[in-house]
Amino acid sequence: MTAATNSGSVRIPSPAALRRQRRRDNFTRVGGQFLHHRVGMLGVFILLAFTLMALTANFFFPRSMLDIAQTVQNPAWQSPDAQFWLGTDADGRSVLAELFWGARTSLAVGLAATFVAVALGATVGIASGHYRNATGMALERFTDWFLVIPWLPLAVVILTILGGGLGIIILVIGITSWAGTARLVRAQTLSIEGRPYMERAQVLGVGHTQQMARHVLPNVLPLILANATLTVSIAILTETTLSFLGLGDPTHPSWGTMLEDAYASSAISNGAWWWVLPPGICIVLVVLAFTLIGRALEVIFNPRLSQELP
Amino acid sequence: MTTPSGVDAAGQSPQELPGANATGTLTDTKVGGGLGRYALRSCLTALGTLAFILVFNFFLFRMLPGDPSQLYRGRNADPQQLAELRRQFNAPLVSQFLHYLRNPLGLGSQSYLRSQPVWSVIAAHIWPTLILLGTATTVSAVVGVWIGIRSGWQRGSRFDKGATGMTLALWGVPEFWLGMMLLILFASGAPFLSIFPTGGFRDAGIAPFSVQGVLNVAWHLVLPATALAFVYIAEYSLIMRSSIVDETGQDYLTTGRAYGLMDRQVRRRHAVPNASLPTITLIFLNVGFIISGAVTVEYVFSWPGLGQLTVEAIHGPDIPLLEALFLLFTISVLIATTLADIVVAARDPRIRT
Repeated sequence: MTAATNSGSVRIPSPAALRRQRRRDNFTRVGGQFLHHRVGMLGVFILLAFTLMALTANFFFPRSMLDIAQTVQNPAWQSPDAQFWLGTDADGRSVLAELFWGARTSLAVGLAATFVAVALGATVGIASGHYRNATGMALERFTDWFLVIPWLPLAVVILTILGGGLGIIILVIGITSWAGTARLVRAQTLSIEGRPYMERAQVLGVGHTQQMARHVLPNVLPLILANATLTVSIAILTETTLSFLGLGDPTHPSWGTMLEDAYASSAISNGAWWWVLPPGICIVLVVLAFTLIGRALEVIFNPRLSQELP
Repeated sequence: MTTPSGVDAAGQSPQELPGANATGTLTDTKVGGGLGRYALRSCLTALGTLAFILVFNFFLFRMLPGDPSQLYRGRNADPQQLAELRRQFNAPLVSQFLHYLRNPLGLGSQSYLRSQPVWSVIAAHIWPTLILLGTATTVSAVVGVWIGIRSGWQRGSRFDKGATGMTLALWGVPEFWLGMMLLILFASGAPFLSIFPTGGFRDAGIAPFSVQGVLNVAWHLVLPATALAFVYIAEYSLIMRSSIVDETGQDYLTTGRAYGLMDRQVRRRHAVPNASLPTITLIFLNVGFIISGAVTVEYVFSWPGLGQLTVEAIHGPDIPLLEALFLLFTISVLIATTLADIVVAARDPRIRT
């Protein structure tokens, strides 16, 4: 009615355009706030540095530098010098080259596994919060059960039986870390389910899938995003641990594989700190970067927290 | 590891309180019901979870693709034994399951690497792990809580900023890497610093139950326990800090000060007891994570516990041993979470519903 009388003078945007506009505004607002969050930006810069490292690995250090057959003429156990900035390992490979290639695997596996975990966790979480019947109950119980199973023994068992490969490692990390996300998302879904617009949607006869996809998902998305950055840290640490235990993919060496190599070649008794120190520092920095970004996002999405977090 | 954000770390999410059910009406809940009834219900829930774990365990080890008998390839796999295994795996699933239910813990099954029953192998390795986990948990809880209280109470102070920065960085440190660095620094590196052993549980030829034996074990324990404790110090101090910060503005603290209590008394008698619940929950819930950490740390330090046994079982692979270890770890975590439930309910009657 109002729209009809006004349409002559003022152009009324369609609901879809309004929605797009609102999302754009929100995005700019969150982005702007993030740019002013110094600690969060520090995380972004660290992450950019490592991404650059991963992308330029092939450019600075051709893959052949990791091939033991090609590195026999290099000195083994060389401590850092002008030619090998971070020294060489037991096979004469440059530690720096391994570090660059390791960034590739660690970041890729971390991100891919997070995608699996978050997709799984968000789906189960939303569904278990939305359905008030046996399905919802069963999903909730299933989540609680999965939370109890210790992640490393589970991952180890699956990988020992299936054998490692990058895809399987990603899948296993996803499977072992979705339950936390599901629980968090479920709690948030429950609080959204009670809101008036959900009641409206139900009264209008909107289907369950539509309710979850159109109304619940957009509202839990910020939480999912903030949680995902924390899941990435866990995924990267998990990958490192699994590789260290010898369950990694030997064709894609990661920082964890480097540490496994170093340990197995008794870098410790040789005092080869230059081989052990760098991969650990990289892991700590990447995990720190994701943690800082996640905390910054949390503060922006949930300003109440800003008093509690430093 | 639990996230350092404190959002989901408290264990109990507030949205799961009763009253938030489908119709939106408050159900008739008596706040602060009997602890005994609550404990009983927690135990029943745990039994349900145990049933799930047993079923899950069955499918985990039997439903995966490939020829499972190939996994049992020992160094001297007996063809007759292999044929027997194939026969077992070719039986209908239902009869396999019934067979499994008769002996879900795998009592009497043999370890392939050690040619001993798996549970007696495990029993021989359980004490070193308990000592390591107990020490690491105690140290990290005490130090972490102390740092958390201090930085939360003096929020924004130099101590707080330093401690929070440190804990955020420490949170991403892989335990085994820290262990390797500690070994290079304090065991095999510069001679004047190398005051600790490079690994093991006890030097050969020392009586285990003498004063000397205990001291020798403690001396071997320092580095692995430090490596394991550091990450958890970070986690506990972050959680404790945020709970203390939550309490600092509360009226009852002002009341306490108005009564003339000293700052120290207000903190110790009023703020800390109220703020300690999330951290206590977390300490129990972390059992699962600390077990995972122990696996790699024990491997690095040749600590003869369950963790090293796990690595041995992976490298074998020794599936019966791995299966038993998996069950043991999972059930330990289940017991710890149930205990956490009960302890929290005992300290805070509002949770019993």
